Amino acid sequence: MTRKLISTASVLATLLSFAGPVMAQDAEPIKIGVLEDQSGDFALATIGKVHGIQLATKEINDAGGIAGRPIELVTYDTQSDNTRYQEFMRRVLQRDKVDVVFAGFSSASREAYRPIVNQFDGLAFYNNQYEGGVCDANMIVTGAVPEQQFSTLIPYMMEKYGKNVYTIAADYNFGQISAEWVRNIVKDNGGEMVGEEFIPLGVSQFSQTIQNIQAAKPDFVVTLLVGTAQSSYYEQAGSANVDLPMASSVNVGQGYEHKRFTPPSLKDMYATVNYVEEIDTPESKAFVEKFHAMFPDEPYINQEAENSYAAVYLYKEMVEKAGGSTALEDVRATLADGNLCYDAPEGEMCIDPKSQHTSHTIYLAHVLEDHSIEFPKKWDDIKPYWLGDVGCDLTQNDPSDQYTPSHLPTE
Amino acid sequence: MEFLYSLFSFFYQFGDAFAFLVLSACGLAVIFGMMGVINLAHGEFILCGAYVSTSATHMGVPLPIAIALGSLAAGIAGMIVEVVVIRPLYKRPLDTIVATWGISMIVTQGTLIVLGTTMAGSGTPFGSFTVGDYSYSIYRIVLVVMALATLAALWLMFTKTRFGILARATIQVPHVAEALGVNTNLIYSLTFGLGAALAGLAGGLYAPTMTLVPTMGAAFMVEAFVTVVVGGADIFLGTAPAAVVLGFIKASLTSWQGQLAGQIGMLIAVIIVIRILPRGISGKILKERA
Repeated sequence: MTRKLISTASVLATLLSFAGPVMAQDAEPIKIGVLEDQSGDFALATIGKVHGIQLATKEINDAGGIAGRPIELVTYDTQSDNTRYQEFMRRVLQRDKVDVVFAGFSSASREAYRPIVNQFDGLAFYNNQYEGGVCDANMIVTGAVPEQQFSTLIPYMMEKYGKNVYTIAADYNFGQISAEWVRNIVKDNGGEMVGEEFIPLGVSQFSQTIQNIQAAKPDFVVTLLVGTAQSSYYEQAGSANVDLPMASSVNVGQGYEHKRFTPPSLKDMYATVNYVEEIDTPESKAFVEKFHAMFPDEPYINQEAENSYAAVYLYKEMVEKAGGSTALEDVRATLADGNLCYDAPEGEMCIDPKSQHTSHTIYLAHVLEDHSIEFPKKWDDIKPYWLGDVGCDLTQNDPSDQYTPSHLPTE
Repeated sequence: MEFLYSLFSFFYQFGDAFAFLVLSACGLAVIFGMMGVINLAHGEFILCGAYVSTSATHMGVPLPIAIALGSLAAGIAGMIVEVVVIRPLYKRPLDTIVATWGISMIVTQGTLIVLGTTMAGSGTPFGSFTVGDYSYSIYRIVLVVMALATLAALWLMFTKTRFGILARATIQVPHVAEALGVNTNLIYSLTFGLGAALAGLAGGLYAPTMTLVPTMGAAFMVEAFVTVVVGGADIFLGTAPAAVVLGFIKASLTSWQGQLAGQIGMLIAVIIVIRILPRGISGKILKERA
């Protein structure tokens, strides 16, 4: 019932977004399937992604569409539930026959739907930061990956605060693999992991975890907490006066914890983000303004909303470069020279042909005592180099696998 | 001295786990344990208490009064739900699962649509204190005190007040109570409302320490149900000792091996208890007494 209501609502919203001045396009529309969590535990971080896609769609349709064809969105609410992803992925590919799918927040959901995209040989954009390593010709990833977020963040933190690191991470593929990345980078930089704890999703009480952290006396804590239940950690650590600097690849840039919790519970949180609404460039300000004009009540524009927005433009670029074709081999062929780029609100994003991941401008966001954000550092044009370095080359073959530092391609 | 610090830290963690179990479970112990309604909307009464109390705090109401308002709002919501949905289902306990599950989904999604994805928290009051190497939140001690106070107040209410005696009589032998002139419909409503108000109290008390989202009630559900199942039908002979046992197991395992071990240990304890004592701890005690 809920699902019906939601999909009716999103269909209505989509229809409304077409009610703009450019209705003259009689051409067959390009269909984009949108599978994102609009309810459930992850909705807070992902509703903005749907809005980002709707904003880009409206702009593109108003300006004449993709190669003269309007975009039509086919949106389903996946309810933060992995089985819904599988169900709806089959539906958009088989019944709705979309040209491309934009799907997924949690890595568990991505791994749940990826075999279905492979099976139907479709094309899916995963517009979310994650633990990296997906080497799959049917996937394009616009989110940031560990070499962009951790290789920048962890050395900075170790230099600034010290070499003893404690990680608390969500206990599923994202948290486990990200923690492995942190562990390796800490070791390579001569530091020590003084503790590591994996927290089951849905846990909301952190008293004992807080004490375990205090007992280990780290110089800073890496928090890779996912979902709204787990973010209660910040309030509880703040009220117990833990007062340790924190580093994260997911918090702030995704769940805007600094806006939701009372200061100073996120004081000295450092997050590497490829976008947050506080970024003070003319491009970013214009983007925030456009976003709020269409969605005045948007609580926060996070990096995944920007990734999703940019993904629509990247896809437009691909289809137009392919001469209007949406066939998988044609759009993939446009990536070959590595020049498929888009001037996103964060700066230029380019898709790497070997891994089909995206280069990013990475900003270091530092949460101050009053929960305002400063950007002490910025890294331009960080490439998603790791997959290519370890031997993933989608221009040559398609293993459709996910690699990690401890699971590398075999020669 | 080091030993005393560790001892304090253990008692703090144990008290914290105990308080969470007691406060999560009290409302469910009344509605599920006593009345036999399998209430899957328990988390949504907690949500109601949390949202109302936090909104009141944002409007400048002092926290204790705000929490009381949250509890009251949940209680009133509970009485409405009882009259409209639950009343025809007392003889059909399995159907209450479907009905309350439906209520739960409607409330969660309705909150998301009407109030958005999140509500700003009110912040944890009272600050912190330090013992040895560790710093602790004072508010968590308040939660332990509130858990004990709630148990004491419930004991007084069910044993010393006229309402408590009528409620127990109505639930045990409704026909006799009715024949003796008790308005059983009213008693059912009030008892269900009491259970919902206790859930709202838990929501109000934990709201300052948690993320306020429409799905927050789910975080309490596992703890609430396992405590009531282990405890059995009686709040004082069941819920309270169950919370002591489970809180002890959870706190020890979490401090030894982390959250995952704590969760697993607690659930294994539940499996063992319901295998040995199918009617829960209170069922065992009451049977021996009889």
